[in-house]
This record gives sequence, structure tokens and C-alpha cells, in this order.
Amino acid sequence: MTEMVYGSVAARPGEPILPKWWRTVDRWSLTCVFALFGIGLLLGLAASPPLAAKNGLEPFHYVSKQAFFGCVSLSIMVIVSMLSVDLVRRLAVMFFAVTFVALVLLPVFGTDFGKGATRWYSLGFASLQPSEFLKPVFIVLSAWLISASQEINGPRGRSMSFVLTCIVVAFLALQPDFGQACLVLFGWVVVYFVAGAPIIVLLVVAAIVVFAGMTAYGMSDHFARRIDGFLSAEVDPTTQLGYATNAIREGGFFGVGVGEGSVKWSLPDAHTDFIIAVAAEEYGLVMVMTIIALYAIFTVRALHRLTKERDPFTRLAGTGLAAMFAMQATINMGVAVRLLPAKGMTLPFVSNGGSSLIAGGIALGMLLAFTRRRPQGEISDILINRRA
Amino acid sequence: MIRTPLRPLAQILEARSAGQNPDRIERENIRLRHEQMRDKLRQRAETRLLVLGVLFLVGFTLIGTRMTVLASSDPVEPQASASAARIVAQRANIVDRQGRVLATNLATNSFYAQPPLMVDPTRAASELIKIFPDLDEKDLLEKFTGPRKFLWIKKKLSPEQVQAVHDIGEPGLLFGPREMRLYPNGRLAAHILGGASFGREGVHSAEVIGTAGVEKAFDDYLRDPALDGAPLQLSIDLSIQAAARRVLMGGMKLMNAKGATAILMDVKTGELISMTSLPDFDPNRRPKPLIKGDPSDSPLFNRAVQGVYELGSTFKIFAAAQALELGLVNPATMIETKGPMRWGRHRIRDFHDYGPELSVTDVIVKSSNIGTAHMAINIGTARQKEFLAQLGFTTPTPVELVEAPGAKPLLPPKWSDISTMTISYGHGLAASPLHLAAAYATIVNGGTKVTPTLVKQIGEPPLGPRIISERTSLQARQMLRAVVTSGTASFGEVTGYKVGGKTGTADKPKPQGGYHKDKVIATFASAFPMDDPQYVLIVTLDEPSENSGTEPRRTAGWTAVPVAAEMIRRVAPLLGLRPALDPGDLVGVSHTRL
Repeated sequence: MTEMVYGSVAARPGEPILPKWWRTVDRWSLTCVFALFGIGLLLGLAASPPLAAKNGLEPFHYVSKQAFFGCVSLSIMVIVSMLSVDLVRRLAVMFFAVTFVALVLLPVFGTDFGKGATRWYSLGFASLQPSEFLKPVFIVLSAWLISASQEINGPRGRSMSFVLTCIVVAFLALQPDFGQACLVLFGWVVVYFVAGAPIIVLLVVAAIVVFAGMTAYGMSDHFARRIDGFLSAEVDPTTQLGYATNAIREGGFFGVGVGEGSVKWSLPDAHTDFIIAVAAEEYGLVMVMTIIALYAIFTVRALHRLTKERDPFTRLAGTGLAAMFAMQATINMGVAVRLLPAKGMTLPFVSNGGSSLIAGGIALGMLLAFTRRRPQGEISDILINRRA
Repeated sequence: MIRTPLRPLAQILEARSAGQNPDRIERENIRLRHEQMRDKLRQRAETRLLVLGVLFLVGFTLIGTRMTVLASSDPVEPQASASAARIVAQRANIVDRQGRVLATNLATNSFYAQPPLMVDPTRAASELIKIFPDLDEKDLLEKFTGPRKFLWIKKKLSPEQVQAVHDIGEPGLLFGPREMRLYPNGRLAAHILGGASFGREGVHSAEVIGTAGVEKAFDDYLRDPALDGAPLQLSIDLSIQAAARRVLMGGMKLMNAKGATAILMDVKTGELISMTSLPDFDPNRRPKPLIKGDPSDSPLFNRAVQGVYELGSTFKIFAAAQALELGLVNPATMIETKGPMRWGRHRIRDFHDYGPELSVTDVIVKSSNIGTAHMAINIGTARQKEFLAQLGFTTPTPVELVEAPGAKPLLPPKWSDISTMTISYGHGLAASPLHLAAAYATIVNGGTKVTPTLVKQIGEPPLGPRIISERTSLQARQMLRAVVTSGTASFGEVTGYKVGGKTGTADKPKPQGGYHKDKVIATFASAFPMDDPQYVLIVTLDEPSENSGTEPRRTAGWTAVPVAAEMIRRVAPLLGLRPALDPGDLVGVSHTRL
């Protein structure tokens, strides 16, 4: 009776896992992820043949690779999203230990693929970027630490997570991979913010970020050049950004037509960092808007569900993951339209790339697990209120 | 902060007395407090999550808006060197005084390769050899397969060649637009125009810069974007240039000369109507300068401007004119011509013995060295020097050619009395034929200074400073006319055009000192029509030899004069001069009555 009245009891004893998952998971978000992956494959069909041709592979090599990794990733995502919050947290913390070691050992065993930054492990058939895997589990760990600190007699989780963040950011900056470092820092700040950070602390962190950015500008040529390129008023049409801007212009509202685009031939990163430009050129503004809408729906829905979440850890971890996901998409697209300085960052689930796809699967799996509907003690709330 | 005790003592004591486990109470207490805190936290988190969500939505909206703005704007063609200084490729035309094109630009293509874009370098190399046999296949293939990312193959391509290269179908072979300088008249006026070549080169354009002649002298003017491509109008007349060159070429062959030059100048404005130097070259394919040997043997050498020669007896008129101007003599004054004339260790001889004395007119007409030397010594060194400087013989000509300032006249290191005497008949001072033209223009035009120029003068330019009086000029003209009618230049008579002038035959100096016995510079400096001179014509032949007689004749009267006369015969009608002909009696015409 009570259940019928309040409609909130989610746990049905003895219910099989899959129906329970289907009933509680955010199916809208799930749809968005699948749609994004589908779009990614579609764009990969257009964007990756030039690269395949350059590397002497058959035209759709990268697409089939993407499809394979996508299936793996989506399976991982579904499986992870079926786990309970506690299990997710435990696995994530363990996985963090592994990825952190991998990150630390990068300078010893990693390769730079001639790109000037040691970010990858070469596994022969694929390359692995530990920072991609580290990001989501780090967020979960931070959320756990911070939420634990909110417990009565809890540990000093805030300070611990802050120190941890500093260490991870330092290792990322050493590679150098300022993009991932910023993203990790951003994720932590969001978690801290939602956990109820005092405004003054947030301002101090903002100041530190600005100072670090300026130091990086002074110290690193690589970094400085990108900022300079962004600040210059007129974009040189022969740079990556120039090609991307032009591609968006060429595309107009409905695109130049499937396979008719030319930017994929000029941009070395057309299939990863600038996939949005390929989308804009071949399918037009319509496709770009669809992609943006999918990201927006996913983000807003996740955040909306988390506002109802009572468990601090779940809320914080979910918020961190959702924010990081949205931030990565924002940065990638913002770079392509020159709202942000050039930064090599993939468009999650759309860009081509095995390790980022699987890491994305893990991250979104965890997020979906966190946003599943759970009993949120609504009845006890009512009872408390009634008692009051 | 007020700390709430974890174990509410009152309850614990109560529980203890009731025999219950106090821990349960403590847990319950903690649970309740958690419950409260959680709600408080969630409320705060709700606001903050809302803020976060709004921020992301704003971000996505911004990106979407920016995408829309970009998508609705027009694409720009990607072009290199957007920030670097652009190469200005436009260059103004050069036209003659009638507006006919002497130099213009032609759109063409440069041809380069980008080996990284190549599909089949081997085939590309072998196909290119078929189109350009001058290329080396092995060398090309080496470059195509090497580490180079870019290489020029040809600077200029004809449309047919461009098509042929297109037909290879190799994406790594590319073309850049070019403007090449074209001289549609070929060798005509080659030395005046000079030539042009590419300066700074980019894939999309290349600078065309002048390398010699007017092209270089007016390089800044021709490339000035502010002038908006307004052509440079020269004083040269293309048809007269063509006629003069043709006659000179024929004359040079006929007189077996190794070089020749002809200058036709307007006596009032100093405009050069025609200026030819032979041998010449095609400025479209400007030859390389000589590395060794005498640069004056190169066809690039402009004899009219760069060649400084002892111009011989043509100088005598200057001594006569100055003597007349100074009032030392009048045309009928008798001058001693008894030879040989001794001056210190030197002896001055005449070509023939002209008897003990001749009038000033006859000294010029018969070309007596001794008579001229006597006049010169009366004038004196300082005054002669000043007079020749006024005529422009001591400085390079100011004509608008880059070569002109380099052609300094050779003056005697010490201008002694003997120099004065030899210079009076054209030895010991070497100047270019252009110097001579300008000086003759001054002598015959009424006595005002003439500055040679290659640029068409607009309107009537003001007269230059006066050098000699009208009267002296008139007397000099009468003498020059007499040279043709009854003197050394009798072959120079052209019916109806009253040619006047002075011949000059100078032995060529040997590089090691002394003079050649059988090599001369033969010059005829003339003006026409002599009653009101309009034009000065200088014809100079280098080492002529007229071989129709029993022995070779080299004097200007036999070589340069007939060439000049033929040139005047051809050119004067083109100049619009009306021949002053006496119609005479009609012979063989019968009147019929209707």
C-alpha cells in the first residue's frame, strides 16, 4: 500500500538483475550514449579513410577498429552500470591504484609516438593512455574521500584528496599533458564545489590555476604557441584551426554531402580532435546541433538525477564524472570553433580512439550506476517531517 | 562550534540502569544527526548542481551559437603567408612615345613539386622528361623520392606545357600563378629596356624586378602600387627604332664592322627617339654576362651609353664654336695649317697637306687637325675644359639607364696644352656617343644645353641654360652643312633634308698602350634639316672597313656617313619631316586639251 502511495520503493526482493537494471537506469542517458557512439562511427567512416590511406591500411581499418572497441566499451559500460554503488566504489579505488602506478611508470616504459609528449604505452596492436583511465576512477576516489570527510568522526578526506589531486596533476603536467591535468583538476574542483566548498577556497583555487597557467605559458614553448595562436585576431587558414573553421563554414546548415568533405584530407587529427569539423563539413550544422544536444541532454539529465541523490558519495562521484564528460566535450568543440585555445582533447564517444573509448565506457558505466534510481528515503523524510 | 556529545549522557545513564546496550543509543544518535546533515547538504548540493547544470548549458549554447555563426558565414580560400609581407607581382607596362607596348606582363605558371603528395614518383619523372627534355630523369627521381618536401622544377611554363603536365595526373606536381615580363618586340630597344627577372618568389606569386636598363632604373616606379599600373612612356618611337636598327644592321654588315651604334635625339628636348647598339640581344632571353674577356664584346654592352671612345674629328666643331663664341675668329678667319705642327716633343699631322692656311670653315670642312689645334691653343686649356664640361663631357650622362652612371668619360689625367690640342680634334678624351649626341644638339639647336632623356617629355620643356649664342650656333650649322656639301661627308647628302655633320675617324687605342694602325672608330655626328635642326643623329661604327676599292677604306666619310645618310633617308619621313624639294621642270608630261 505504502509503495503504491509513494511509488518509491525500488528494491523488489528477488528481482532479476537485468529487469531491475532496465527499470532503474536512466534510459534517456543510455540512448544518448548509444546515439553518440553511432554518430562517432558514422563520422569515422568519413574521417578516417585518409589516415588509413596514409598508413597503408585498408580504408575502413579505423572504423572497424572503432566498432570493435565501441562494442567492448559499451559492454563494459552496461556491465559497470549494473554494479551496486559500493561495488563500483571499491573497484574504482583498486583500479585507481593500478592506473596511478601506470601513470608513474610512464616516463620509464611509455612512448611518445614522436609527438613530443610521453603519454602512451604501446601494446603493439593498440596504444594505451593511462591518464584516460585514471580520470574517472580518480574522480570516484576523490568523491569517496570528500564524502567520507563529511561523516561524523570521518577522516580528513578533503585534504587527502587535495594532496592526491596535486600529485596526479603534477605527473600529468610532467608528460606534459596539460589538457588532462586541467580536466582532472576541474573534476576535483567540481566535486569539491558540490560537496560544499567555501567560496573563498574556490577563489584561491581559481587564482592558483591562473598562476599555473601563466607559469606554463612562460616555461613551455609548446603551450605558449597554442595560446598565442588563440589570442591572435586573425586565424591563419593554413593551421589546423584555420582548416577546421573553414570546414564549418563550408558545411553551412546542411553540409556539403556525405563523403564530399575535404577537411579530413588536410587535418592530421580529423578523426580525433577535430571530428566535429568533419561532422560540420559533411553533415552541416544540423549534425553539430544534434551532437551538442546529445551531450547537453546527457549532462543535464545526469545532474538532475543527482540533485535527488541523498548519498553524498554517489552524488559527488556522479557529479564529477558528468562534469568531466561534459567538460571534455565542451573543450573539444570549443577549440574547433575557436572559443578556447587549441588543446588536443578527444570528443568523448565520438572521436576515434580505442583507449579513450574504453575509458569513456568505464566512466559512463559508473555514472549510469550512480544515477540509477534508488530508494532515497523519501518515506522516512516524510515520517521525520511528520514527527516534527 | 558547539560540539554535540556523541553519547548523550542522560540517555546512556538511563539505558545503563535499564540494562540496555548504550551503543545502540549512540548509533541512533549518530544516525539522526546524519539524517539532518544529509538533508542540509543535499539542499546546498541541489543549488550547486543547478548552477553547474546551467553553466554547462550556457557552454553548450555558446558553442552552438558560434557554430551557427560560423556555418552561416562564407568560407575563405586558405592561402599561405596571410601575415607575412605579400609579394606584389604587378608591374607597370612600358610603352613607346606613341603608346605602343615595349614591355608588358603575361600570365603564366611556375611549376613545382611536392614529393610527399606524389603517388608515383617514378612515372612522374619519366613523363616529365618527355615534356621537358632538358631535365634529368635520374636527378628528378632522386629529388622526388628524397626527403625534400618542395622543389621548383620550372619558373615559366607555356599553356601547352601546363596541359601536358596536368595530363600526367600526378597530384604532387603543382603550378603557381606567375606574371612574366614579356618584350613583344624582341631585340628592338633591347639595351634600353634591359630586362627583368623574378625576385622574391612564393608559390602564389613572385616579384618581377628589373635587372638592367630602364627596367632597373625605374624599378620602384614600375612597381609602385600607388600608380595603379600607369605605364611608363618612353621617348623611343618603335617604328623609328625598328627602321634605324635595320639600317644600322645592314650598314654594320656592309662595312664589316664588329659593332655599331646609332642615336637619334630631339635637339630641343633631348628625348632619345631611337637608340640602337649592335650586336644586341633578346631581353626575353637575356644572355649571361661574360665572365672573362672584355665586357664590351658582350651583346649586353650598350655601345651608345656604356662605350667610351675617342670620337675623333667630330670634336673639332666644339673648338670652332668656342673660338667663334669667344670672338677669337669668324668663319672666314684664316688659320695656319702648315704641317707638321710641333709642340714640344709632339707633332701634329693632317691626313692630307692642306697648304699653309685655311679659313675656319675650311678647317672644319677639310677636317684639319693642325688648324683646330691652333684654335684650341688660342682658346686655352682652362676655357676649353670649362666649355667641354658645360657640354657634359666631364661627367656621365644623366640618361635614365642604370648603366649610364658607370660610363664615365675618360679625361686626360693632366690637362696640359698638348691635351688641349689633341682633345680639340677628338683624341685624349673618350666619351660615349650619347655624350656626343647631347653636345651636338646643344651646338645646333641655337645654343642651349640639352640633357638626354629616355622619358617622353610632356609639352614643351623649358630651354636649358645657354652655352653658345644663336649666332655662333648658326655659324656652326653652316660649317657642318658645308662638311656635307663640299667636305669629308659628301656621302651624307640626303635630298631634301639638308643634312649637316662632322665625320670623325679615330684610331682605336691598344689595351697595352699606343694605337692600332688598322682599327678605327668611325663616327658621323649629324643634324638635319640644317636650316632648322630638329634631330641629331650619331652613327658610330666599331672597326669598319669598306672593301670595295683597291685597299680597305676605314674613314668615316666612307663608312659611317653612308650608313647615316641611309638612316636619315629612311627615318626622316617617319619623323614627319617634309623634304624641301625643288620641284624643277616637268619633263615628259604633255598637257592635253579636252
